[in-house]
Amino acid sequence: MTTSLPPLPEPVRKDPQKKTPSALIPPSARSRLGMRLSAEAARGRFRLPHCNACNQPVWPPREACPACLSSLQWRDADATGTLIAETTLETSPELYFRERTPWRVGTVDLAGGVPVMAHLHAQCRIGDTVTLRLFLDKADRAVFMAFSDLDSPDLREDIQLRELTNDPRHRRVLITDARTPAGVALARAMTKAGAKRIFAGIGDAWKRDAAIEALEGMETVSTVPLDLTDTRSVEELCGEIGGKVDILVHNAEQVRPGGVMAGRGIADAKQLHEKLVFGFMRLAESFGPVMRSRGADGVNAATAWVNLLSVYAHANWPAYGQHSAAHAATLSLAQCLRGEMQGSGVRVMNAFAGPLEQDWHDQVLPPKVTADRLAREIVGALQGGQQDVYIGDVARDVAERFEDDAKLLEMELAGDGQ
Amino acid sequence: MSTGFEDIVITAPTSVAYTRFSNESAHWWLLAALRDMLAGAGLRPADIDGLTVSSFTLHPDSAVGFTQHAGLSLGWLEHLPMGGASGVIALRRAARAIQCGDASIVACLSGDTNQLDSFRQTLSRFSHFSNDAAWPYGSGGANGYFALIADHYMRRFGIARETFGQIAAAQRSNALSYPHALMKTPLSVEQYLDARMIASPLGLFDCVMPCAGAESFMVMRADMAHRLGLPAVRPLAIIERHNGFAEDPVQFRGGWTYDRDQLWQRAGCAPADMDFVQTYDDYPVISLMQLEDLGFFEKGAGDAFIAGHDLTCGGSFPHNTSGGQLSVGQAGAAGGFLGIVEAVRQLTGSAIGAAVPNARRALVSGFGMVNYDRGVCSAAAVLERANQPATAARHPTTTESEAAA
Repeated sequence: MTTSLPPLPEPVRKDPQKKTPSALIPPSARSRLGMRLSAEAARGRFRLPHCNACNQPVWPPREACPACLSSLQWRDADATGTLIAETTLETSPELYFRERTPWRVGTVDLAGGVPVMAHLHAQCRIGDTVTLRLFLDKADRAVFMAFSDLDSPDLREDIQLRELTNDPRHRRVLITDARTPAGVALARAMTKAGAKRIFAGIGDAWKRDAAIEALEGMETVSTVPLDLTDTRSVEELCGEIGGKVDILVHNAEQVRPGGVMAGRGIADAKQLHEKLVFGFMRLAESFGPVMRSRGADGVNAATAWVNLLSVYAHANWPAYGQHSAAHAATLSLAQCLRGEMQGSGVRVMNAFAGPLEQDWHDQVLPPKVTADRLAREIVGALQGGQQDVYIGDVARDVAERFEDDAKLLEMELAGDGQ
Repeated sequence: MSTGFEDIVITAPTSVAYTRFSNESAHWWLLAALRDMLAGAGLRPADIDGLTVSSFTLHPDSAVGFTQHAGLSLGWLEHLPMGGASGVIALRRAARAIQCGDASIVACLSGDTNQLDSFRQTLSRFSHFSNDAAWPYGSGGANGYFALIADHYMRRFGIARETFGQIAAAQRSNALSYPHALMKTPLSVEQYLDARMIASPLGLFDCVMPCAGAESFMVMRADMAHRLGLPAVRPLAIIERHNGFAEDPVQFRGGWTYDRDQLWQRAGCAPADMDFVQTYDDYPVISLMQLEDLGFFEKGAGDAFIAGHDLTCGGSFPHNTSGGQLSVGQAGAAGGFLGIVEAVRQLTGSAIGAAVPNARRALVSGFGMVNYDRGVCSAAAVLERANQPATAARHPTTTESEAAA
């Protein structure tokens, strides 16, 4: 039986006379080998180095197996172990932890003899069989956390877990292009996950449609005027709600088929870039600095910036060639933003999807991603503290092929439909 | 098969008075020890031809940079970054070098400075393993890692915190007469138990206070020490082990267990023959582990053994007679020399604090370097009082540097 946890306190309104706390982040120094764990965890994987000869997992990361000196390979690992030692730290020389004590950590015996230091979920007790999960902490570095009961209804009431995730619960979310199936689904999923308030960005608010009606029907949602192609519109909205946005979701989308030789190529591309690429930059110029400065603002801190991207941002799919190009540009800018957000505690998350279940993909064969699934998985990745999430079978397949051999994928995509 | 140490001796135990913080460099502290030690022994810098150096804050310099800094020309040099095991291991290296004729007088130096942020800086980049897999978990440093070891140890063997408290309280009592000790207020077991928690189950008095200081000694042949009129001590046997029991998922025993039979066999004596013991006491739990792993009592029987003995200088089991790091302070790598330097003073009748009456033989053990989750280096030496020169006087203490500090 796991013990029940009291609910996390709801954030209180900030006293405007109080200083906004400066961002503190946990230690970020890692060896290149150690960074590998972060690169795995960023994509939601639980992989550890394993010996190629004796197949045993190895931790901390090494250059050879300590049992037989054979080479190592990162592979999916069994995450089950036993909690064999624990401590509650009451003080720490690192300011980040000093502000957050008491803080519980422990030693997990993984695979019978591999000691793994881990943050402990409040429900873990000595002797428990525990499951390890990897999360990116506020420094965007992977850390282990041990759980005794991942199905516990109180799982998310843990303060240390909240520190490692970007859970929408109690938080305020801006959806930049809410008048889309994905926008409406995101508003629903965020509400279900406990978001306190959702700002739904709407262009041409006078145009009524089913999406607007659906959004207005949700108690948590406030529609706000936002035209991503208009710098002033973005600035005005930021002036109004910039300091209240804890999670920003840039989900602007405009799918059109066609490559570079199609008749309307440039006109379509300009429109798409205005909304998606320059829209991203407009948001980054106004909302970026505000979020960056609020990354440590207590319980009401800014926590994540999410981009909805096509998986063909990684490699061009000629059938939707200019669309791929706009997403590739946005991905590149997102990587830049990630660099600029380092040290602020604000995560930049990219959600990659394959073709969505929508009109402009009517010529695309299934499987296609529904808006509901898209929204659900984005919320899940926020709760899992991930950096990249691949949604749907196509996205996962393309990502896998991209990681395996980017050149081969490029050639396969070029031959697609021939 | 390793041979004995025949006519090798340790002499010139030297301590530079500790300070909580220091703006001086590690070089300053090491040089202060060297200067005082040479002056006390009546030697000039050119007389030493071998050197070992142990220091964390000497970085980015190593022993090599230190020779140029100090203007020493040497035929033999060792950099020993082995933390709490470096004192015993320096003795072992120096003794072998002299036996083989590679050096004739070896100065073994340890020392560290403690500027305001030195401690955090040393910890935050201690090792790759630490950066990758330990420091990000609350950054408790040694307190956090030893809290995990103590937590497991207490559960496994049913050891009570009172036992740790008795070790700490007895050491404080020893420290009251030791001139360099930074902690000079008596400590009771109740005060130990009531102190605030640092990292459960470790409380305030389980932890050492980081400080600046230096400790050193010299190794040479007995006849040389005799000629110089220096009281000296003979090493009977020395062991070291690195990365012992790597298969234990959490440390509950140290490398001493591997080698203790060899140690006592070579020394030709037994734990019961020791007149006092100096353990590496970064935490009382580690002192307890050393005592049992070196054969003073059965594994896990610490509660009864400690309760049944008086650990003060005049008691039935004198332990960490200077007060140890728990009461003197932890001057970085000098913490790994404190025990051996104090042992040489006690055995030569030149204790600067309370003396163990008629001490003839002693055990000194070392433990060092939490690379990830446990101390990796362990070492121990059995020492015996050598025949003293007729003219032997009390060792000169460190007046010159004390005044400067």
